[in-house]
Amino acid sequence: MQTVRRVSLAVVRKDLRIEWSSKVLLNQVAPFSLVIMIMFAFALDNEGILQRVAPGLVWLATLFSMLVIVQRSFAVETADGALDALRVAGTEPLGIFIGKSLALMVQLLALELMLLAIALVLYAVEPTAMGYAETFATMLIATIGLGFVGTLYGGLGAGARGRETLLPLLLLPAVAPVLIGATRATEAAFGSGGAQSSEGWPWIGLLAVFAGVFGAVGALAFGPMIEE
Amino acid sequence: METVVELSGVVAVLSNFPALAGIDLVVHRGEIVLLHGPNGAGKTSVLRVCAGLLPIERGEGSVMGVNLRTHRESVREQVGLLGHSNGLYLELTVTQNVSFWASTVGATAQEVALAMQRMKIDGRLAHVKASQLSAGQRRRCALASLIVRRASLWLLDEPHAGLDTAGQDELDAILQSAVSSGATVVLASHETQRSRLLATRIVKVDGGLISGSES
Repeated sequence: MQTVRRVSLAVVRKDLRIEWSSKVLLNQVAPFSLVIMIMFAFALDNEGILQRVAPGLVWLATLFSMLVIVQRSFAVETADGALDALRVAGTEPLGIFIGKSLALMVQLLALELMLLAIALVLYAVEPTAMGYAETFATMLIATIGLGFVGTLYGGLGAGARGRETLLPLLLLPAVAPVLIGATRATEAAFGSGGAQSSEGWPWIGLLAVFAGVFGAVGALAFGPMIEE
Repeated sequence: METVVELSGVVAVLSNFPALAGIDLVVHRGEIVLLHGPNGAGKTSVLRVCAGLLPIERGEGSVMGVNLRTHRESVREQVGLLGHSNGLYLELTVTQNVSFWASTVGATAQEVALAMQRMKIDGRLAHVKASQLSAGQRRRCALASLIVRRASLWLLDEPHAGLDTAGQDELDAILQSAVSSGATVVLASHETQRSRLLATRIVKVDGGLISGSES
């Protein structure tokens, strides 16, 4: 267990250091998600509709941006054979999985906070104090699930030919439950379409179940998957 | 003398092609064994079998007492394989790369500093990103990462490639020093002139078989 913790810490520190050094999240992914949010605003062009659909737009923008972050996270592993080297070195796969998932979660959470701020400004969403608490809880739990499933599918696509097109094909259907759960919970938090705040908590519970399932499956499958 | 590698009639298959067709090889602790032979002879496959990466289809194999047929993953922590790629993170600096590999095994900052010093990538190069290094400097960085992993069996595929003469001399000194402190080295190299001087034994590989051996 100590080895898993040591490897996890090393991997999460390394991934965040790479992000800090390259600033891809700041210079490419964040502007990309901002553009998505603005395009949605142009396409729908109606404040009432935008307020109604804002939760779904925030989570769609999150998922599209996540594809870029996951691609990037595994591109740095394969550029000079580092993932192979980790495998060759017998580095604990569970540690790699946890470390990469945590780094992905940190980046996603930062992105979601930015998207929330954009939704508040651009779509004129006005949650209550309880709504904010529910929104942050949704973000936290959904991000844990997304981090696990993103790392799992990123690892699966890492060695594959045509991985740039393969990843969205594999990942988007797998995260559909998170999209549905997170959107419903955020609708309740934002009060979109007259939804009550209390309606969101069962969805957050469901997101927690997804996070648990994705975490367990990832922990079991990641090692054999990178081995192949 | 303690046996580190023992392969007996080993057959290994790569994409339905028999990369090894019944290899017999024994390596003892403290040896530097040079595998040489033409391209596609099976040199890299021998290294990959020893590293527990390539499964054995037929025959028997063990590395440091670990059965490669049943527990090939277990051998990896004790083995350091340096293949054609360097396994570096191109956007991290030299120090960050070596420190990362050190932290996966719990090696100290002192060990990192020593490894970098030995490979002459300390000082000016320490804070340069791996993407900005020359091929030879990247190779040195990869070797420093191997040193901090404290491997007992070093499996090196074309280790001299990309190194200048000084770098090659330094590598040879490092291998000899690793061997004198209890490690064992198996290397595959085309640069046989240099490697012959280093090796304690030369094994000729051809067509997936051992076709000769000389001390």
